[in-house]
Amino acid sequence: MDSKKTIRNLLGIVFGMFAFGFLLVPIYDVFCEITGLNGKVTGPSYLSESSRDITDQREVLIQFMTHNNESMPWTFKSKKVQMRIKTGSQQEAIFVFENTTDKEMVGQVIPSVSPGRGAEFFHKTECFCFESQTLAAGERVELPVRFIVDPALPEEIGSLSLGYTLFDITDQIKESQALANL
Amino acid sequence: MSTVVETHDHGHHGPAKGLTRWLFTTNHKDIGTLYLWFSCLMLFIGGSMAMVIRAELFQPGLQIVQPEFFNQMTTNHGLIMVFGVIMPAFVGLANWMIPMQIGAPDMALPRLNNLSFWLLPMAFGILLSTLFMPEGGPNFGWTFYAPLSTTYAPSTVNFFIFSVHIMGISSILGSINIITTIFNMRAPGMTLMKMPLFVWSWLITAYLLIAVMPVLAGVVTMMLMDINFGTSFFNAGGGGDPVLFQHVFWFFGHPEVYIMILPAFGIASHIIETFSRKPIFGYTSMVYAMSSIAILSFVVWAHHMFTVGMPLAGELFFMYSTMLIAIPTGVKVFNWIATMYKGSISFETPMLFAIAFVALFTIGGFSGLMLAIVPADFQYHDTYFVVAHFHYVLVPGSLFGIIAGVYYWLPKWTGNMYDETLGQLHFWLTFVSVNLTFFPMHFVGLAGMPRRYPDYALQFADFNMIISVGSFLFGISQLLLVFIVIKSIRAGKKAKPEVWEGSGKLGLEWTLESPAPYHTFTVQPEVK
Repeated sequence: MDSKKTIRNLLGIVFGMFAFGFLLVPIYDVFCEITGLNGKVTGPSYLSESSRDITDQREVLIQFMTHNNESMPWTFKSKKVQMRIKTGSQQEAIFVFENTTDKEMVGQVIPSVSPGRGAEFFHKTECFCFESQTLAAGERVELPVRFIVDPALPEEIGSLSLGYTLFDITDQIKESQALANL
Repeated sequence: MSTVVETHDHGHHGPAKGLTRWLFTTNHKDIGTLYLWFSCLMLFIGGSMAMVIRAELFQPGLQIVQPEFFNQMTTNHGLIMVFGVIMPAFVGLANWMIPMQIGAPDMALPRLNNLSFWLLPMAFGILLSTLFMPEGGPNFGWTFYAPLSTTYAPSTVNFFIFSVHIMGISSILGSINIITTIFNMRAPGMTLMKMPLFVWSWLITAYLLIAVMPVLAGVVTMMLMDINFGTSFFNAGGGGDPVLFQHVFWFFGHPEVYIMILPAFGIASHIIETFSRKPIFGYTSMVYAMSSIAILSFVVWAHHMFTVGMPLAGELFFMYSTMLIAIPTGVKVFNWIATMYKGSISFETPMLFAIAFVALFTIGGFSGLMLAIVPADFQYHDTYFVVAHFHYVLVPGSLFGIIAGVYYWLPKWTGNMYDETLGQLHFWLTFVSVNLTFFPMHFVGLAGMPRRYPDYALQFADFNMIISVGSFLFGISQLLLVFIVIKSIRAGKKAKPEVWEGSGKLGLEWTLESPAPYHTFTVQPEVK
């Protein structure tokens, strides 16, 4: 066998595996999305065919939880602790954000639904979590989440918890802007 | 093939004189020696960090070091032992022995070989320099989980990332060299299934290295971008996921643990057949067992992270695939024992280390099986039971394999027999102290002592004192190894070409004179 050919093939494996390492990132996201692991919920999506059948409605308890990630000083609350809703119908919940500091900050909310198996049946049609929020010093806003729970939700799941974690991304935004201005 | 031989056959000249011999050498034996001494130096640096850890844990409470420094010690101890001791020592043995075992004049890419070695002192120079910086060195554990190693890391983490990049490049270049050598430079007549098992073990290891070291490079690159360029691979605030870090890391990490044991399998096979005076039992099954261990190593990574939150189906998959690895490993242990069975065994130092390797590695393997059981793992996770497990497979496993190999081939390298009495003393000191150190860790682990803390609850005090005493004894005993090696370099009973009785039939390296000349097999031997 020719040494040069061996070396070329081996270098091919090396670069291929380096690329594969990065490819694992989207693979992981797709995998979580398909299986609903991690309680990752995706953007607005359509209800399944069977769910349009209004006669199949049932009651589900939706509970809201809000957390601030570590050093985030904002006040972040849900107006209601829980809601008893009907599946297949559009619902709305209001969340309150208040920047209690004296400078402008950017926040980003990351959602999570548990149990993880229920995540794929929880459809948000409008959510502040789709984009980052910029609040001036002392500013207070009320933002809605609109959602529909798919009637195809498995029988044994009687309640869903929607958890929101608020992250401070002011520095990150500044960093990426600085990079963009280079 | 003949052209390869001619380019190296330009008269018999010895090594260059002075320091430049070592800086510019392209000779596989010189580079092998450099690797082995480097790994020996790192063994004592990483070992002294272990001594700091054990001194602090000698008694409950904080006595000697601050928790911040303790964390730097555990992190650097792990990194140095994995990347600076075990891996370079195996590469050193590969450099010395693979060309001699396959009847090649040198490695296929001698200059690249020089570069692969000299990258290592750079990498570890950078890593160790962080310990003297105001913020201190990496302190997030050798597994550097995000966000501990990104959001909460000291700024010296950037030095750590670059040093891991350099180590990775060194390993990848070394592996490319080894595979190319094995595929293209075997003596005529040496088919793949006639290759010595050490060569086979390294062929498989080198493939694992070029498959997973780039993934490690990828994961540290992602960290670098998260820390410095505002990306969010592992930052939940920007849509990333810290659990992703663990998946990518262990996708590298699990094949990595087999990288650290497979060459030891090869060494143990040679030593056991030599001192049992019987050819190895089940050569073909040994090759297939190593290959299947290597392939399986890519589908078991998540057993390191059962407690992270996974669906039942995932946990079951990783539990069963992990347990499956016990089968090829069991085949190997069976073959080693079957080789010894009815053999005419003599117990020279290399054989003692090889037998201890088989026995104690199996203990580590069994505790690995226990850890593979999902419900049990929730109890054992991140306790000293895990520490006991991986030290049993890495110290009496990999390190004993390396030490056994050094004793076995030392007369071939230096031309002098080592001092057998001192060798036996070294073995017994090491054997007793290694068990004294790591066996009680099982007990404190099962009782719930967590790893990576500078302090512990009072009920663990007695066992921890025993562990510390064992570890000090183990550390001191290794100085004896250095003494024995230096003694054998300087003087000793002259070794015959066939160093061990009957070994002439077992491998091409034993047909060379002792010490092996600077240039060997300039004309390739014919293998029948």
